[in-house]
Amino acid sequence: MKQNPVFRVVAKILFAPIIMFGLYVQFHGDFGPGGGFQAGVIIAAAFILHALVFGLEAGRQVITARVNLWMMALGVTTYGAVGIASMARGGLFLDYTALTGSVVSGQHIGIILVEFGVGLTVTSVMLSLFHAFAGFVEDRAK
Amino acid sequence: MMAGLIINIFLLALLVLIAVIVLRSSRLYAVIVMSGAYSLTSAAMFVNLDAVDVAFTEAAVGAGISTVLFLAAMAYVPADEKPSQNRNLLAGLICVGAGALLLLAVFDLPTLGDPMAPVHQHVAPRYLAESGSALQIPNVVTTVLASYRGFDTLGETIVVFTAGLGVLMLLAGFTRTVRVTPVSAKTASAKKLAVRSKKSSATPKRSRA
Repeated sequence: MKQNPVFRVVAKILFAPIIMFGLYVQFHGDFGPGGGFQAGVIIAAAFILHALVFGLEAGRQVITARVNLWMMALGVTTYGAVGIASMARGGLFLDYTALTGSVVSGQHIGIILVEFGVGLTVTSVMLSLFHAFAGFVEDRAK
Repeated sequence: MMAGLIINIFLLALLVLIAVIVLRSSRLYAVIVMSGAYSLTSAAMFVNLDAVDVAFTEAAVGAGISTVLFLAAMAYVPADEKPSQNRNLLAGLICVGAGALLLLAVFDLPTLGDPMAPVHQHVAPRYLAESGSALQIPNVVTTVLASYRGFDTLGETIVVFTAGLGVLMLLAGFTRTVRVTPVSAKTASAKKLAVRSKKSSATPKRSRA
């Protein structure tokens, strides 16, 4: 689809707004519908659109397999680390109130961090699933 | 109330229609696109039931990413499904029987949205009362998902992570057999070089001595 100017222009125009919308869904999940899972899928969709229009190789150069793997692990680690941090501050595992000592701020900070971890993992898993499926034959031929 | 009912009946009829098309069609591209449409219709139904978060997930995951992943996987299978000739009467009877039993069981369920249903009597009232006032987070779905049921969501995230790792190992060559061979060859040649340089540095010393 690289040759078709319509696809190229539309992909270039849409790429940034899709990521903006994903970030909005990610960080506005406390107040409206949304959260880490949905935001992760939306942000991955932006990169998949890029890879569909400009080719898989170009997409793999934007976010490489190694970066993807680290992001996957970092998301889960962030989630677990919030739990350990609340234990270290005298609460139970994943007891966000212990993070700051007050219910309102502790829960807000804990939920935002945890959702960020979920979003990071979901984005990179979806992206690497797409990269793996779309490039399976080419990878085997190498 | 009436409008909601009519919309629900329309969406359900659309779901049945799409399901029949998916069953009847043997062209896999059509099946993939229709299953995307199925997800989108279910998302519209969830919006009608006021489950906006679920609708959002269904639209993004079911209609969006799944369709793209299926299309990416389509490159490795033929465009048409193999026509199946055998029609197993016993299997058909079991399916119809199980379906009838499930339909029968539906009548024992509490009606949709009934506030006295057991599921709305256990912990849900506490969540609804606390989330807005004590935690000051208006979206109860988020507080249940990330705070009250934080352990479950941690488990879900680990499941997503593990699934991603599994696919990478199977498809993208993140396995030992692919990775280790070139590295071990390199280290072996590096060791040889090191041995050689030691020998070469050792010989002149001896000659000096």
